[in-house]
Amino acid sequence: MIQDKKAHKFGMVIDLDKCTGCGSCTVSCMAENNIPFKEDESDKKDSLTWMRVYKLTNGKPFPETQTAYLPRPCQHCGGKGDHGHSPCVSVCPATATDYGYDTGIVSQIYTRCFGCRYCMAACPYHARYFNWWDPVWPEGMEKYLSPNVSPRMRGVVEKCSFCYHRYQLAREQAYFDETDEIPEDAYQTACTTACPAGAIIFGDLNNPSHKIHQIVKPDPHPDPLNHDVVGKSRNPKVFRLLERLGTNPKVYYMSEREWVRKLGDSYLEGEWDKVKNHHGAASHD
Amino acid sequence: MKVDRRSFLGLGLGAVAGIAISPVGAKLTDDSSIWTQNWPWTPVPPDGKITYGQSVCTLCPGTCGISVRKIGGRPVKIEGQDTYPVNNGGACLHGIAGLQYLYDPCRVKTPLKKNNGRFEPISWEEAITLVAGRLGKLRKNQNPEALACITDTNLGSVPGLFSHFMAAFGSPNHVFMQTLESWLTQTAQTLHGPGHTLGFDLENADFILSFGAGIIEGWGSPVACFKANSGRRQRGGKLYQIEPRLSSTAAGADKWIPIHPGTEADLAMAMCGILLQENLFDPEFAAGFRGGLNRFNAMVQQKYPVEQVAAITGISAADIKKTAIAFAKAKMPVAVPGKGRGDGAQSLKEFAAIHTLNCLTGNINKKGGTFVKPVPEYLAFPDPVQDAVARDGAAKEKLAGSAPELVTKIHQSDAPVVDTLFVYNANPCYTLNDPIQTSAAFEKIPFVVNFTAFMDETAMASDVILPISTFLERFEDVPSKAGFAGLVVGLARPVVDPVFDTRSPGDVLIHLAKTLGGTMGESFDWPDYKTCLKSLVPGIWNDLYKKGYAVVSQGPPAGRMETNFAFLAENPPTIQPQGDADLILVPIDNMRVASTAPASSPFAIKTVSDRVIKNTDMFVEINPKTANGLKDGGFVTLTTPAGSAKVRLNFNEGIMPGVIGMVKGLGHRFDNRYVAGKGVNVHELISPVIEPGSGLDAAFGVKASISKA
Repeated sequence: MIQDKKAHKFGMVIDLDKCTGCGSCTVSCMAENNIPFKEDESDKKDSLTWMRVYKLTNGKPFPETQTAYLPRPCQHCGGKGDHGHSPCVSVCPATATDYGYDTGIVSQIYTRCFGCRYCMAACPYHARYFNWWDPVWPEGMEKYLSPNVSPRMRGVVEKCSFCYHRYQLAREQAYFDETDEIPEDAYQTACTTACPAGAIIFGDLNNPSHKIHQIVKPDPHPDPLNHDVVGKSRNPKVFRLLERLGTNPKVYYMSEREWVRKLGDSYLEGEWDKVKNHHGAASHD
Repeated sequence: MKVDRRSFLGLGLGAVAGIAISPVGAKLTDDSSIWTQNWPWTPVPPDGKITYGQSVCTLCPGTCGISVRKIGGRPVKIEGQDTYPVNNGGACLHGIAGLQYLYDPCRVKTPLKKNNGRFEPISWEEAITLVAGRLGKLRKNQNPEALACITDTNLGSVPGLFSHFMAAFGSPNHVFMQTLESWLTQTAQTLHGPGHTLGFDLENADFILSFGAGIIEGWGSPVACFKANSGRRQRGGKLYQIEPRLSSTAAGADKWIPIHPGTEADLAMAMCGILLQENLFDPEFAAGFRGGLNRFNAMVQQKYPVEQVAAITGISAADIKKTAIAFAKAKMPVAVPGKGRGDGAQSLKEFAAIHTLNCLTGNINKKGGTFVKPVPEYLAFPDPVQDAVARDGAAKEKLAGSAPELVTKIHQSDAPVVDTLFVYNANPCYTLNDPIQTSAAFEKIPFVVNFTAFMDETAMASDVILPISTFLERFEDVPSKAGFAGLVVGLARPVVDPVFDTRSPGDVLIHLAKTLGGTMGESFDWPDYKTCLKSLVPGIWNDLYKKGYAVVSQGPPAGRMETNFAFLAENPPTIQPQGDADLILVPIDNMRVASTAPASSPFAIKTVSDRVIKNTDMFVEINPKTANGLKDGGFVTLTTPAGSAKVRLNFNEGIMPGVIGMVKGLGHRFDNRYVAGKGVNVHELISPVIEPGSGLDAAFGVKASISKA
């Protein structure tokens, strides 16, 4: 049996000031996870990109314009109160997607999925993609496919798995090495290792020795303003997407620029000024 | 038999009970669920032992070390090599997608010969005999200089073997594509004398004044620059980006200074003037100034007064002064030339003026500065054995200084200039300005031999294609270049056996020379390329073979450097964009699109924004103020003196009014449905303007107009 019994909470923090929008994370993800490609990929709604990079702009006219990039993997939501009821998991009639209480990873079992796409409708982050077609590789190119991730078929939903197969390999290695501990660098996602700017940091949010814990400083207590929100960052530069929904994503973003942080949610007029300086339950610092 | 109510009910209930108890229903459900979960057409990748192969990526001048993960001997993933001193573990999207090049639908699978406009496969023996026959005739007719050769660069042993071949054959006409490295070498030669090139220590500089250099968009060695940029943020170093468009680099800079395209040289000259006037130059370094510093000073004060330059560049005089002074007062300032990736058409004047700023600060050959270093010389080529024919031919005047100049000459000349042309690792029929003219010039060359792995535009315009192995299938030495501060030589090595009937270009040249025989055979007295490479790099072969790389130089070069102002003191004219329309079209370098050879991979194209390519339509960036009532996303006809194209508008507040930006690297015309046939090749809208003096193409942009389509 696998000895690793401690509950992990794997998460990611992406430094949007370092991100150059180069797309290496997207390509590394596609190469790692056997994601196919087709002749026209310009319709982004049906373009399978587990890791998608969005372009942000401050909307100001020339020359005050500013832009930034925001890479978006699956947010691996913990759901309201972080109890594991992610928006997608709650609606799946086939238990094809599930919350891993030992890792915090939201799984996707392709062979169980029958393509109802409730999860896609439930996901507030557009992180899920539907296979409208069977994957086809140009002749011979299927030789580069990795056996660690099953190629998907028409009619199922797929999404980022935080490179779960890499976790499995790290766990096997730890078992082989007869240790309980999976070292921080033994399990890193393909996008993290690919990022040439070093903008992505991945690790265990529950482990205080991991870099991500030190940057995010997640608040273990519910947000006093909204009890559904758990794990809010106590770092004033760090935010999550649509945080107030209480989906409790495990992907955090970081930026020095206020306009970038403000784009993390849809604020009504005046709302941002009320919440911008609120960084978790200060009493628990 | 009479069916009464009782037996009817009995039968019905019996049937229900029977179906419920019978295993048929369960079996059918089970079968159908199994059947619906069988996808025999979905590949099941075979499992196996995990191993890693180390190599070096040669897709761009970045030269990153890569680690190839193999499963059961099959390469499945490329990642950055942690210990490689250029990229330290990082990799870019093109390198990561490298395996797609291995199985690209455009791979040339066997030698090909053109017969009545169609390619037919031939054997390697036939191909070599065919080429050798043609070459033998040239030498027999005492006309060896009619052989010309275009390679992507002049660095490394493979381009070196082409040079060796040309010398032994007797032709001076080996020219190179325009790369950032060729601009830097020209600049260093002009200001510091022959045999020099430039490197930039961006990793340590505390003030980077970039004249449009896409530090995080593929300039220089992209991954090294990405890392330097992330490090700069942590160090608190400054980056000022001078560029007409809010590129990703500009967006990540401390200050973006929009400038009218093509006026960068004027700005740099004015800044030189400010440094000289305000006594903000380094007197110690100035002791090494030659060729009329006073003359240069007088000229810039007279020809480039700040107010006048402010009007030309669109930057306020106060901003120019402030920027120049902040630059001069920084501890480790570096001014970086080379717009975008730095390999496009630009002018030597611009490069020289920008580098002069570096010279004035004296931050040359110091940590965090600009390195004026010797051109890499780690290869020990033996002298080619030349007979009388070769000596005569090689002594003739060179036709051109660069690939664009050669192509322009061939196009403009009525008499046949070149009989046979070799092309290696370059796609001039796509990458040079006015590729239609280039293809027409290729038509005029009776015999084009292309050493390529892919059936690209230039391959289609060739007569014989010698398919070469990709960087994953062969040995090659890969020196760092394109502004990288030190010199690291890496060894690309086969991580997989050649997928198709391809060969290493070195082996092909050796085979060809031996077939030609005589002094050619004597000049190529190696059994194969690997032995040849080993003999060329005696000092570093052990490191190369064992570690995968050798660090030849690191840190600032030693010695004082003299600077000669003669070229700039003459105030060479600034190249103006051709045409007289109101707008100006400039190419944009986008990190996600490869702009030279080889073309982008399907994965790279997949990442391209739908505001660059939608279906097959090309978008151009334009400021809404310039659009004059036209709609965002609307179709327009974009017209320049070189041609016109139907494109869609992408309203972008981050581009200067009056400027149109078009992404480079799209609009390929070869047969690959994932990559080609999408968008417009911006080079088709720009004609080359060969700069006198440098022999390089300086047409950075062109005047353009738009009208509703």
